[in-house]
Amino acid sequence: MRRLLLAVCCVLATVPLVPSPARSQTLRIALREDPDILDPTLARSYVGRIVFAGLCDKLFDIDEKLQIIPQLATGYEWTDSKTLLIHLRSDVSFQDNEKLDATAVKYSLERHLTLQGSFRRSEISTIDHVEVVDPLTVRLVLKTPSAPLVAQLTDRAGMILPPQAAEAEGKDFGLHPVCSGPFKFTERVAQDRIVLDRFAGYWDAGTIHFERVIYQPMPDTSVLLANLQSGSIDLAERILPTDVAAVQRDPKLRIVTSPALGYEGITFNLHNGDRSKAPIDQNALLRQAFEAAIDRQALVQVVFNGMYKPTAQAVSAASPYYIASIRPPPRDLARAKALIQQAGVPTPIAVTMNVPNTPDRTQEAEVIQSMVHEAGFDLKLNLIEFASSLQAATQGGFESYLIGWSGRVDPDGNLYTFLHTGGGQNDGHYSSATVDEMLDQARQATDPDARRGFYTTMWEALRQDLPIIYLQNPVNIVGLSAKLTGFRPVPDGLIRLQGLAAAKP
Amino acid sequence: VNGHLGSRIAQIIPTLLLVSVLVFCLQQLMPGDPAMVMAGEERGDPQVLAQIRNELWLDRPLPVQYVHWMGNLLHGNLGYSWRIREPVTQLIEEKLPVTLQLSFMAFVIAVLIGVPAGIVAAVQRNRFWDYVANAVGLAGLSTPTFWLGIMLILLVSVDLGWLPPSGYVGLFDDWRQSLATTIMPAFVLGNAIAAILMRHTRSAMLTALDQDYVRTARAKGLREWSVVIRHALRNALIPVVTLGALELGTLLSGAVLTEQVFSIPGFGKMIVDAVFNRDYPVVQGVVLVTAFLYVLLNLLADVLYVVINPRLRDG
Repeated sequence: MRRLLLAVCCVLATVPLVPSPARSQTLRIALREDPDILDPTLARSYVGRIVFAGLCDKLFDIDEKLQIIPQLATGYEWTDSKTLLIHLRSDVSFQDNEKLDATAVKYSLERHLTLQGSFRRSEISTIDHVEVVDPLTVRLVLKTPSAPLVAQLTDRAGMILPPQAAEAEGKDFGLHPVCSGPFKFTERVAQDRIVLDRFAGYWDAGTIHFERVIYQPMPDTSVLLANLQSGSIDLAERILPTDVAAVQRDPKLRIVTSPALGYEGITFNLHNGDRSKAPIDQNALLRQAFEAAIDRQALVQVVFNGMYKPTAQAVSAASPYYIASIRPPPRDLARAKALIQQAGVPTPIAVTMNVPNTPDRTQEAEVIQSMVHEAGFDLKLNLIEFASSLQAATQGGFESYLIGWSGRVDPDGNLYTFLHTGGGQNDGHYSSATVDEMLDQARQATDPDARRGFYTTMWEALRQDLPIIYLQNPVNIVGLSAKLTGFRPVPDGLIRLQGLAAAKP
Repeated sequence: VNGHLGSRIAQIIPTLLLVSVLVFCLQQLMPGDPAMVMAGEERGDPQVLAQIRNELWLDRPLPVQYVHWMGNLLHGNLGYSWRIREPVTQLIEEKLPVTLQLSFMAFVIAVLIGVPAGIVAAVQRNRFWDYVANAVGLAGLSTPTFWLGIMLILLVSVDLGWLPPSGYVGLFDDWRQSLATTIMPAFVLGNAIAAILMRHTRSAMLTALDQDYVRTARAKGLREWSVVIRHALRNALIPVVTLGALELGTLLSGAVLTEQVFSIPGFGKMIVDAVFNRDYPVVQGVVLVTAFLYVLLNLLADVLYVVINPRLRDG
């Protein structure tokens, strides 16, 4: 037995001597999930977009202030409300050395629009057709005016693929993608790592300071934290607010935050099947009372360590379309009780809420439960696995649903599909003539002031109807090695590799 | 023996067929529409959903789906992952060696700790080392894998910086790094099984040590270690081998949690992710291969009985 213990100790003692691979040239990034397919046309996941940030450049990008800036394009102009002219850089090659030109842009946009299973189609469906004006200019002719279109081209819909490679690979393109970004695809081991190597022919090569990037999925947050603390990874996205203090205590690490684009809130089932017959779904006064009973500030403090921002609207305060006059109301129990009395519904009022069974959402729901209880609501929590909760939402199997949205650059992406009559994710089947009209108008108005006006009118109607009680805007929390410099916190939460460098020891 | 083994082998095919039907039916009972999960943020668009259902054969009746899948299976094709489009056979080829390595190492650790501890406990019955072994065994049994894993990561990786906290390096890529990444999870996984093996070895040894042939061996004047190892242990090992084979199955399922904690890209992690993403072809493929392995291990246990205990050779 003694010998055995000795042997085990010897094995353990030799292991730390195992040399670790050269690290200075490699950047290791932890992702909270394993991305889905790496094809910009077919991809759906948020983490996939983080990998694309290293792999595929886009026509446009956004900066820290959510301004649209050129990337593969040099600029754009609206020649009329339905014609968008995009000018391209002349010095861009794909990672297989094919030249990026107007033909490739036309090919890629058409692929997004027509490839079977494309998830980009709905994002750019206002495009009627694409014309090549000259090798460095494309013209997008639209079916209807579309204010959100350019913002869509700052994401996967704006990623340009090499026509030859994409055509040859078809739907398997995502198994070995080729793009025009700073790093080229090397290998992927599902659920373990995605390895990208520096692309020497990158048009903006001067901004790239690593030879290799490895993305590693780490779904468990304590494991992710341990990896960050032990230096096995250099950067981790979406650190939990409750883990921030632990990262800050470590002198080798630092935290960078930026307001995120999304929101979290409670969606009510107003007209989707039998479950919408619950009193709270039928009576806006009760929803107003429910909201008045919630203390958003306390909620954020308890569940999200005070890091998320209480809100009453779907766009983040970072957006130019955040309407400053729509503020989250403070908790007012007297008002909540008065509203219930006005509604004439006897208490306790039973309400069921579907809650995806993650720890933070569960805790959030429990805090809400105790807050609204004081106003006279008997809130029952239906904890449910995420995929099942989505199905229940679509099929009307809910009275209320605690759910969030990752957010889009343009406000339209956070509003239209959720609030417009017949919208794809309007799970509660909310329908309001005013809201519909304002959403349609805002979608077509290219003048920012006019759009803000439409959205203000829309919010005034929504504040009365409350089909969704918006609770808070999340914050992107990135934990990174203190040695890393040049990290840019952009509200979309993606990790841009341009400018990122390791300080010399 | 040949007849016995023959009938065991013949049972494999109907068992696997039954498993495949069961898996196919059970996942239909899983709530959550796979098409909706695949559609992600496009889930509100009926056209997208219809297109996904068509592409994945989800709009056909269940028996038709099953026959289609079985037909492909007979050609060695398990389909492709709906989520990342890689062929399931390739994913299994990638992940199986990882889990097998982890399980094998865990089993070796379990045997190295459990069997000697059991012997010592039995020989030292009701004395100091027996109590120590029992206490350690009880602790091993009652420590949740998840907790032990995280604690070890915090201690060994974060505080001491000896081992990488997670991840995996292939055995043939760099065996030293491979050992460094798997020793901690293998210990966590083997720990609980070591405790079970210890308890069973102890009780089997106690029974064996009370037998007449042991008394005879002692009376012959054999040395104590020879009595214990050669005579008592050999007989005591039979139930332990059965248990070991069954516990190898436990190892495969225990790997689910351990791989999750240590972010090891093995079978367990693959099936958890596949279930959450409703990636049916992956779930089916993994369950089928796991069932096959389990059946195979039990067969192996049957063979081992005969090797260990010659009396069964005539049976």
